[in-house]
Amino acid sequence: MPLVIAGRDGGRRVVTAADRAAQALGVRPGMALAQVQARIPGLRIAATDPAADAAALERLAAWALRRYSPVAALDPPDGLIVDVTGAAHLVGGEGALLDDLLSRLRTAKIAARAGLADTLGAAHALARFAPEPVTIAAPGETEAALAPLPIAALRLNADCVDRLRRLGFATIADLAAVPRAPLALRFGPELGRRLDQAFGRCAEPLQPFCPPELIQVRRAFAEPIAALETIARHIEKLAEALCPLLDRRGLGARCLDLIFHRVDGMVQAIRAGTARPVRDAKRLTRLLTDRLETIDPGFGIEAMTLVASLTEPLGWRQGDILGGEAELDVSALIDTLANRLGAKRLYRVSPVESDLPERSVRTVPPLDPPVCALWPEHWPRPSRLLSPPEPVEAVALLPDHPPAHFTWRGVRRHVRRADGPERVVGEWWRSDAERAAVRDYFIVEDESGERFWLFRSGDGEDPASGDLHWYIHGVFA
Amino acid sequence: MAPAHAHVLEDLRTRIAHIARAGRSPRPVVPFGVAAIDARLPQGGLARGALHEIAGGVHSAEAVLFVAGVLARLHGSVLWCLCRRDLFAPALAGVGLHPDRVIYAEGGDERTVLLCLEEGVRHAGLAGAVGEVTHLSMTASRRLQLAAEASGVIAFVIRRWRTAGEAGEFGQPNAAVTRWRITAAPSSPLPVPGIGRARWRLELVRVRGGEGALWEVEACDGQGRLALSADLADRSAAATEGRQRASP
Repeated sequence: MPLVIAGRDGGRRVVTAADRAAQALGVRPGMALAQVQARIPGLRIAATDPAADAAALERLAAWALRRYSPVAALDPPDGLIVDVTGAAHLVGGEGALLDDLLSRLRTAKIAARAGLADTLGAAHALARFAPEPVTIAAPGETEAALAPLPIAALRLNADCVDRLRRLGFATIADLAAVPRAPLALRFGPELGRRLDQAFGRCAEPLQPFCPPELIQVRRAFAEPIAALETIARHIEKLAEALCPLLDRRGLGARCLDLIFHRVDGMVQAIRAGTARPVRDAKRLTRLLTDRLETIDPGFGIEAMTLVASLTEPLGWRQGDILGGEAELDVSALIDTLANRLGAKRLYRVSPVESDLPERSVRTVPPLDPPVCALWPEHWPRPSRLLSPPEPVEAVALLPDHPPAHFTWRGVRRHVRRADGPERVVGEWWRSDAERAAVRDYFIVEDESGERFWLFRSGDGEDPASGDLHWYIHGVFA
Repeated sequence: MAPAHAHVLEDLRTRIAHIARAGRSPRPVVPFGVAAIDARLPQGGLARGALHEIAGGVHSAEAVLFVAGVLARLHGSVLWCLCRRDLFAPALAGVGLHPDRVIYAEGGDERTVLLCLEEGVRHAGLAGAVGEVTHLSMTASRRLQLAAEASGVIAFVIRRWRTAGEAGEFGQPNAAVTRWRITAAPSSPLPVPGIGRARWRLELVRVRGGEGALWEVEACDGQGRLALSADLADRSAAATEGRQRASP
């Protein structure tokens, strides 16, 4: 059953939105409701509710703030702007971010289109007028991406678009090709400004959205500040102001956004995450000042906002006044390093039950509960594992003798002592190729006492188990 | 040396040590549990709150086990900073360093590795911090040493050579309290086919307030302990320990 939302445009009732079924029947926003009702029997009509729409948009913006980027803005009535500069890599790049965003919106039954470009104007146009539901204009290719779009994509008022069309301008490329002065004379400065905003020739400040329930503190400066030391000092003051607010609600910060408002209207941000909720001003200051060099103060910063964008309950812990052995807490160190390196490059290793050496380890986050498991200890393992194993030239007796000598990286080594074979059979449940695969591992020691971990692919009898080539997989003590 | 002179020297050493510590209390040490080695180290073991430098072969695989063996005998977490992911954790577990205790930080380049290491060394909650680098300048080592003195964390730098030529850089001075070179030595033959406990040439190249020495040791066991080689343990110590110069 088709559904339309009806609102008022002056004296008459018009369609403000139509669902997919209604659109298939030719209903478009802006049509008179009476006309639509006459054409489609059994049409469901709901009254428009701008307040509820605005509230829903704010909820969406708050979600985007938590999930994707420290800077998001509302674009009423139906748009959401997310500044993903410097935040896209956290979810695997710009393409992955948009895919993730749209699939989550789809799960929530929200139909959405997305555009991503260097400028707000261009992204706005791509999201609404590009043929594909997801469009990304690569850096520096804004003009090419915008050229084929209709002039309505420029955020001009309807009257202006109408008059331009009558003059024969269809696409943005047409408009960009003609001299600016006569256009400005006839259509006023608005047209030139919108073009410049879309092409990135003039700045377009964003009004970042701040959900009221967020815990945040703000400092505005009488004189713009630019020196890093000054900024660092103010970060400390902001953190000191934020912590009592967190304390009052019994919360600790898991994710912090520090937003810099520059005098030229640009907004820059630092995002810092913590592995456990934190309410210690010193630690928060430390995390934020660590990343300060990524900020370009430009002509100066006129205000700074510190937002605890993700918080978790953090209770008080009883201290040990008897001076017992203090619990050694490394979470502060882990936060500092994770923010500097990226969380993926800070890890612990835990055992996996697999006989294949390269599969016997997996990385886990550093603060996961201890696993307490160990690898089986009946065979020694090398301290350096070569990945992938490197082929070596080796001479050995079949089927189960260690090599007599082998050549690796141009050095020929005589084997003095050896131990093995340790047979590792392929994991047949993973792939067909592994069903018959066999590796025979040997520990060998050369004349100088160096020890290596060699293996032969194949059991030496059945050709299906491997090609009998020798590889080096690790270096022992 | 006449006994009187020895007395004067001992007195001077104590006074210099007092000045060098500048009022800081003496740090606890991690003994090796091998009398011959501990006797050569000023306080009878590897000092905690100090920087120790270990060089090995091209892969520094022995150096890794040596460091892991020392850390295995301490309590608490260990930060291990590396450039690339080629360390095989089961080997560390094999000398008693449990995987739950080791936090790896992958720096990507040497500058970042040193930064992470310094960050770790400054954090008093760690048992120890290890960094694997090729180059270690005087400045970098001095920073690490000062950070370790302040926090009491034992710091290790494992030098990794990509080529044999880079190994010559080990002669450059730096601020590490002890400098070691560990290379593989042929192990003693077993009466049956197979391979016995690995053996290392353990060379104490430099130690602040002591003299260098050279031992042949049996590699770390399951609890991270070294042992003097069985066929050397019976001989007199003087026969095997030659005085080593600080630079090769």
